[in-house]
Amino acid sequence: MTFNIIVLAKQVPDTRNVGKDAMKADGTVNRAALPAIFNPEDLNALEQALGIKDQYPGSKITVLTMGPVRAAEILREGLFRGADDGVLLTDRAFAGADTLATSYALSMAIRKIGSFDIILAGRQAIDGDTAQVGPQVAEKLGIPQITYTEEIQKIDLQKVRVKRRLENGVEIVECPLPALITVNNSARACRPRNAKLLQKYKHARTITERQAESIDYIDLYSSRPYLNLNEWSVVDVDADPKLCGLSGSPTKVKKIENVVFQAKESKRLTESDEEIDELMKELIRNHTIG
Amino acid sequence: MANFFTDTPQFKHYLHHPLMKRIVELRERNYIDKDRYDYAPLDFEDALDSYEKVLEVVGEICGEIIEPNAEEVDKTGPTLHNGHVQYAPQTQENLDALIKAELMGMTLPRRYSGLNFSMVPYMMSADIVSRADASFQNIWMLQDCGETIYEFASEEQKNKYLPRIVKGETMSMDLTEPDAGSDLQSVMLKATYNEAENQWYLNGVKRFITNGDSHIHLVLARSEEGTKDARGLSMFIYDKNNGGVTVRRIENKMGIKGAPTCELVFKNAKAELVGSRRLGLIKYVMSLMNGARLGIMAQSVGISEAAYREAYNYAIERRQFGKVIIEFPAVYEMIANIRAKTDASRSFLYETCRFVDMYKTLEDISRERKLTPEERDELKYYSRLADAFTPLGKAMSSEFANQNTYDAVQVHGGSGYMKDYKCERLYRDARITNIYEGTTQLQVVAAIRHVTTGTYLQRIKEYEAMPVIPELEPLKRSLSRMTQMYEKLVELVTSPKDEEYLDFHARRLVESAGHIIMGYLLLQDTNKNPQLFRHSAEVYIHYGQVEVIKNYNFVTKSRIEDIGYYKPVIPAE
Repeated sequence: MTFNIIVLAKQVPDTRNVGKDAMKADGTVNRAALPAIFNPEDLNALEQALGIKDQYPGSKITVLTMGPVRAAEILREGLFRGADDGVLLTDRAFAGADTLATSYALSMAIRKIGSFDIILAGRQAIDGDTAQVGPQVAEKLGIPQITYTEEIQKIDLQKVRVKRRLENGVEIVECPLPALITVNNSARACRPRNAKLLQKYKHARTITERQAESIDYIDLYSSRPYLNLNEWSVVDVDADPKLCGLSGSPTKVKKIENVVFQAKESKRLTESDEEIDELMKELIRNHTIG
Repeated sequence: MANFFTDTPQFKHYLHHPLMKRIVELRERNYIDKDRYDYAPLDFEDALDSYEKVLEVVGEICGEIIEPNAEEVDKTGPTLHNGHVQYAPQTQENLDALIKAELMGMTLPRRYSGLNFSMVPYMMSADIVSRADASFQNIWMLQDCGETIYEFASEEQKNKYLPRIVKGETMSMDLTEPDAGSDLQSVMLKATYNEAENQWYLNGVKRFITNGDSHIHLVLARSEEGTKDARGLSMFIYDKNNGGVTVRRIENKMGIKGAPTCELVFKNAKAELVGSRRLGLIKYVMSLMNGARLGIMAQSVGISEAAYREAYNYAIERRQFGKVIIEFPAVYEMIANIRAKTDASRSFLYETCRFVDMYKTLEDISRERKLTPEERDELKYYSRLADAFTPLGKAMSSEFANQNTYDAVQVHGGSGYMKDYKCERLYRDARITNIYEGTTQLQVVAAIRHVTTGTYLQRIKEYEAMPVIPELEPLKRSLSRMTQMYEKLVELVTSPKDEEYLDFHARRLVESAGHIIMGYLLLQDTNKNPQLFRHSAEVYIHYGQVEVIKNYNFVTKSRIEDIGYYKPVIPAE
């Protein structure tokens, strides 16, 4: 038994370690000042996929990301951890996409990838925090979805059983395949990069990267086909340009305000370790600290 | 995201040492693996890039998983269940992360699924892991026993065991017994050969065995009945899958509490002979110990690095008398000394690694083909240097780890005495480094012959011949004066040809050589990278000079017959 798994991943600015220059004067995120990282919950999703592959060797994991050329780094990060393939969806026409246009583009890419049993994605990205893209992709593909997943407990060719972590407890649900599953950060952390895979895939590049950089080992890309990362444009995935990027995005940013946190409500804690522990977790969860 | 590799720029400096090109070329046999293994390097630059990238993974695992787990590991420790060890859950988590990252068997050749890394990046990993959790380094570092299997075991044994090490099976070296500690030739654990079964069996007790419930044990045992000395000892592999060994107890230690130190009982345990009978201690354990000593050097450096960071970070925060305490000379001097001793130990560690790399790789090549006369000379040259530097470096850096953690506690004042601060653990963890794998006193015994035969002096003269930029000339002159003093000291102590007199002053001689060599190494580092090393070079050479003068004065201001006053009065029975 093997599975075809697609993992949706996003490269995001690391908003967890915000310095003074994290925001520009106009209130937008200063992307240059923040390191670009693999969206944390997408790593949790990747780990769930790798877990399935551990259990069912021969399963295939494809990481799919949309973004600028440098987002190819996300594909390499996936390969270093055990993914088998990667697709970078990149095109000027995709730029400025809201969640609707993004999920449209991703769903078109998934159609091009073809067969799949399961799609995994992080619950939400730390830059936008919408948690909409995963569910919208499922809708567009017409497949069932399970959100807030903490653990994939069981999978066979027909169905999957999942533990969901919700506000007030856990829920075990089953769902037929193919399905889309979004994963919480309470799921187990992603495994580290693997020393052998790192050395195997470190030269992997998309076509644009190969053209932009001076590449030392140009012959490698014909003798080792796995080093060629897929790079797809609007045309490649047969997408309608009107539904992509800014033109496909009904959401428009009207105004951005810098909000300075002011304490309005207060909580009274006893000095028990549990409550302090819980407070710490809450503050980390809502990104107040951490 | 804490990364213990990228936050320490010294590592890249040592990775780019000029000798690395030759080391990697030899180890990679001119990059012949590149067509056979998809993870083999294409050329030198590619190999170095791989070293850096893999070390970045080590640094991340250490910063994100192992270090944050260390406090709990120290508190919980391993436990004993029905004669077998269970690690603290966090220790197991650390191990799982490194296994998933395939960071086991780092130096083993690719045909056994290893990474075929040189000693330099391997020991850097050990250095980084030790900074995160010294006790965990013990468990992880025992993969080193694989080197001994690789060098001395049969092809069949290599194929059987080496890939298992890479997959994450842990190892132990079962040498010590209740009555055989420093004096290993008294080992009594009995190995008997059953001819009908063509099978060796082990019976007896081992003590103080680090990671004693490992999957694959290397056991030193007496195979020749009736013998009493080293020549009756052989080396065996015990495979836990066969059963026959139980853990009687786990020692309750002062430090490195996460590493289980076990008392083992062998009851008719099936075992395989490694190499030839009678060579167990004479050849195999000696090689095993040399590797282990290098590992302890790395552990000492990692602990020192952690001590520096704890002391520094505390001193820039803690305010007394209206200012942060690092502004007080009494405090910043301690911190500068910790930094200098750490940098000196680290420079010495990687110099030693390069020597070991050179001779071991050439030795390995000599099993494949005949070496050229030049290569044979090279092998001899580096083998001698490795032999001289290993005990000296182990002694110096482990003593420094103790001094550095002691000072780190001191910087913390009363807080440092509390369990709440990490320096308290570092202080306890450091205490074993100058004891196990041979005490400092025994390292001196191994090192002194390189004082008397002139190995150290010859190397010092080579350093002296290396050019430095004009502004470093004064430092070089200090080192020359130290060398003159050292030469005179050697002359003074050896000329009476009195063995006890030489033994009495041996440590002073060995340490003096150590200070000079460490000074020269830091001088070379500074010459290449002044920003990174200048302060440490100045501080260390100043410190070393005073130490050499002190040793010199001790010898010149006392007479041979003064030894008598040190001799104990042993009560008559």
